[in-house]
Amino acid sequence: MTALNELTLAEARDKLAAREISATELTRAHIDAIEKARALNAYIAETPDHAITMARQSDERIARGEAGPLEGLPLGVKDLYATNGAHTQACSRILEGFKPVYESTVTANLWRDGAVMLGKLNMDEFAMGSSNETSCYGPVASPWLPPGWSQEQARAAGAGDKKGLLVPGGSSGGSAAAVAAHLCLGATASDTGGSIRQPAAFTGTVGIKPTYGRCSRWGMVAFASSLDQAGPIARTVRDCAIMLRSMAGYDPKDATCVDMPTPDYEKALGASLKGRRIGIPKEYRVDGMSEEIDALWRKGIDFMRDAGAEIVDISLPHTKYALPAYYIVAPAEASSNLARYDGVRYGLREQGRDIVEMYEKTRAKGFGPEVRRRVLIGTYVLSAGYYDAYYVRAQKIRTLIRRDFETAFHAGVDAILTPATPSAAFGIGEKTSADPVEMYLNDVFTVTVNMAGLPGLAVPGGLSRDGLPLGLQLIGRPFDEETLFSAAHVIEQSAGRVQLPASWWA
Amino acid sequence: MTAAANRTKFIKGATGDWEVVIGMEIHAQVTSRSKLFSGASTAFGGDPNSHVSLVDAAMPGMLPVINEECVRQAVRTGLGLKAQINLRSVFDRKNYFYPDLPQGYQISQYKHPIVGEGEVVVDVTPTEQIRVGIERLHLEQDAGKSLHDQSPTSSFVDLNRSGVALMEIVSRPDLRSAEEARAYVTKLRTILRYLGTCDGDMEKGSLRADVNVSVRKPGAPLGTRCEIKNVNSIRFIGQAVEVEARRQIAILEDGGKIDQETRLFDPGRGETRAMRSKEEAHDYRYFPDPDLLPLEFEQTLVDELASALPELPDAKKARFMSDYGLASYDAGVLVMERDTADYFEDMVREGADAKAAANWLINEYFGRLNKAGLTIETGPVSARANSAIVQMVSGDVISGKIAKDLIEIVWEAGPQADPRKIVEERGMKQVTDTGAIEAAVDAIIAANPDKVEQAKAKPTMLGWFVGQVMKQTGGKANPQSVNELLKSKLGL
Repeated sequence: MTALNELTLAEARDKLAAREISATELTRAHIDAIEKARALNAYIAETPDHAITMARQSDERIARGEAGPLEGLPLGVKDLYATNGAHTQACSRILEGFKPVYESTVTANLWRDGAVMLGKLNMDEFAMGSSNETSCYGPVASPWLPPGWSQEQARAAGAGDKKGLLVPGGSSGGSAAAVAAHLCLGATASDTGGSIRQPAAFTGTVGIKPTYGRCSRWGMVAFASSLDQAGPIARTVRDCAIMLRSMAGYDPKDATCVDMPTPDYEKALGASLKGRRIGIPKEYRVDGMSEEIDALWRKGIDFMRDAGAEIVDISLPHTKYALPAYYIVAPAEASSNLARYDGVRYGLREQGRDIVEMYEKTRAKGFGPEVRRRVLIGTYVLSAGYYDAYYVRAQKIRTLIRRDFETAFHAGVDAILTPATPSAAFGIGEKTSADPVEMYLNDVFTVTVNMAGLPGLAVPGGLSRDGLPLGLQLIGRPFDEETLFSAAHVIEQSAGRVQLPASWWA
Repeated sequence: MTAAANRTKFIKGATGDWEVVIGMEIHAQVTSRSKLFSGASTAFGGDPNSHVSLVDAAMPGMLPVINEECVRQAVRTGLGLKAQINLRSVFDRKNYFYPDLPQGYQISQYKHPIVGEGEVVVDVTPTEQIRVGIERLHLEQDAGKSLHDQSPTSSFVDLNRSGVALMEIVSRPDLRSAEEARAYVTKLRTILRYLGTCDGDMEKGSLRADVNVSVRKPGAPLGTRCEIKNVNSIRFIGQAVEVEARRQIAILEDGGKIDQETRLFDPGRGETRAMRSKEEAHDYRYFPDPDLLPLEFEQTLVDELASALPELPDAKKARFMSDYGLASYDAGVLVMERDTADYFEDMVREGADAKAAANWLINEYFGRLNKAGLTIETGPVSARANSAIVQMVSGDVISGKIAKDLIEIVWEAGPQADPRKIVEERGMKQVTDTGAIEAAVDAIIAANPDKVEQAKAKPTMLGWFVGQVMKQTGGKANPQSVNELLKSKLGL
């Protein structure tokens, strides 16, 4: 029999409903797995007692026949989400010791539906990063074995500085690693430029960034408000569909959250793609793209065609400007969003002779180098004399990018298929000393979606020659996550779920 | 009217006349129960940090949501200023670090304010009216308050005001004297209070002014201006303009030049002091707040609010002049406060003659209120009682002199007092019986033959006779009858 923590979320749900297992034993299996997997550094705060209490309550509700849609299902929560009374630091020193007295809307929705919280998951500091190496708690190791490594080698690295182990991607690296390593049935994540989709692709999991406005941002530590969006990472398309349905929904506390009914996404699975048109954007065939990624993409196209979809070549001409424009808009908003971390009211405070020195010392010590870099870039592009040249132009590009997509959708394309990342996962430490732009290039296929506010989903399409997972990305019309789930389900069925090699960490 | 025309406002300097040019930014606290972007109370005077929501304290992940009542108040105000209402406006972030600014930015409106150009008609004197252009009105958050006197080693912060809605009302540089500046703020305050969009309480900081002052030789281009921050009374606004203008004139006449800077007015010393220069000015890095969508509403909302707007002071004044025949000055005084205007109209409705009621209020009742430190709302005499008094004077039931005694009694007795009953009970009615008056007149004439002689040569002696008769009759004789009788009997 499969270990309880290796069930999919949907399987566990069905077994709980059939009273084959209890929420308490399901939760305990996860707590045990988490304890054994500390070498991965996926959880930065474990809440086992709280989890058991919640699980017991779930069992009682199940016994009374009052089970919610996620009743008794143990989940991990990205450290970006405010969780009442529990560790919430967005993996930054500046929020040292911060425990909010409030619960984010998205996590509150999950608990309302019966889910169980296992703990808080590692991430890049303030969600700024593509490898989970900027966390103040250190890097997360992917459960995937680096090509050519032995279990012993990996174990040794895992006990040490983790150099050479694979990154799980970022910023939702803890979420992706925990899901891949069966340390939760699913996890909340967030995506500002690819932070759900890239880690999902690197770890062979499924992640969806829904349409901007689908989930409430209330209680999520803000990185770039106009781009941030909550979403789930899980092991199957179905599991993502189940989680997103609970996470999403109108929230009057977020002015950018849309008042629309949330569909039952699980129903979209199995829908036929016959006659649906899938767009293939030529601009995503970037210079130097590996043959491997190209092959993956072609395979994805075949899956779609075989399922009856019509393949259409499309053009999204402003794609190449998306990354530079993103790296103006996102830091600009971040520089302002992070101004509240000043040492005055909560979190870290370094004393100074006067208020200015206190600010300087607190922020210098509290923010890591990548966060400082983006605050500086953001401050620069918004400053007098540069605003028009950078921020205003970036916003114009953003409009053009959105228009590219609108044109394609207007011409009858139902969804767009691209690779999720330009490569498979790389090693911890491999890119940290290099030009930061090299790290930023990880987001080249994903940022356009945030810039346009569209839904995007990453689903495993197969393995690289080295045996590492590779992901395909589906991009949809605004608020048409259902088509993405239908198409992703086809890919999942066709490609088969990627199988994680035996664990080296436990 | 253009300022260049009015030479009487010029300031005399050693080198000749100088013209002062003033523009103002008024920060008016919006009357609303909760803050601009949070549900916390706006009540004044709570314990420190007792009206603070998670949003006001800028806790991680908190988001602003616009308070629609504040939007309606801004639109009402825009309509009251006869201004352009922008159906689409944008909230921006104004970024700077300060301990009483928890977000590290103030949410304000920079490029696209909710209200555009308008105009205020200001009565500078009973005979002089000026038009002051309004450049814009925008909504923004107030900051908290730093407390430096609570501890020897630290400053404390009170966030009760943090996030309270303010309207910043920016005028054109259309004002030319301290008097005009005072009159403008007075008028703006009157309009806001009529609209119910700001209580105008300057002591509580509900209305603060940043005053931009520059000077120039008449006809010359605009001079370099200085901004005097946060002046919090109408009197101080006048003083600040006066001393700042003289400071600038002295510098210029000495051959110096004015540095563009922000200054503070010190009412104790009667001077302005430099706060920060242009070079030290913050780079606020304004950009549209991504947490808020552009503020958009339909013209129907504007129409709805316009149709529910109260009669505003200018219209009321015009009506008082045309319907009641009041003089411009009297009408102007009565409409200054909406409660006063209502009180006046209540008196007329109760039967008082409008002009007589206006006179009585302005020349008698307001003085008493002022002396007692009361307002028309807190004063002890009802409109009905004052109306009765005025009616009795007009109907010759009591004399004007008795009326003054009467209001004293009514004042003490409180709002329930019935002046007619008091007059009846205390026998204060005016004597109009000519027989009785004649008897008194005759008695005085008979008793003072020498004075009668003098009066023939000097008719102003008549006053002395009137006084004697009034004394004899306990002030109740009708003065007109006394006058006429005396004149004829003395042969004047």
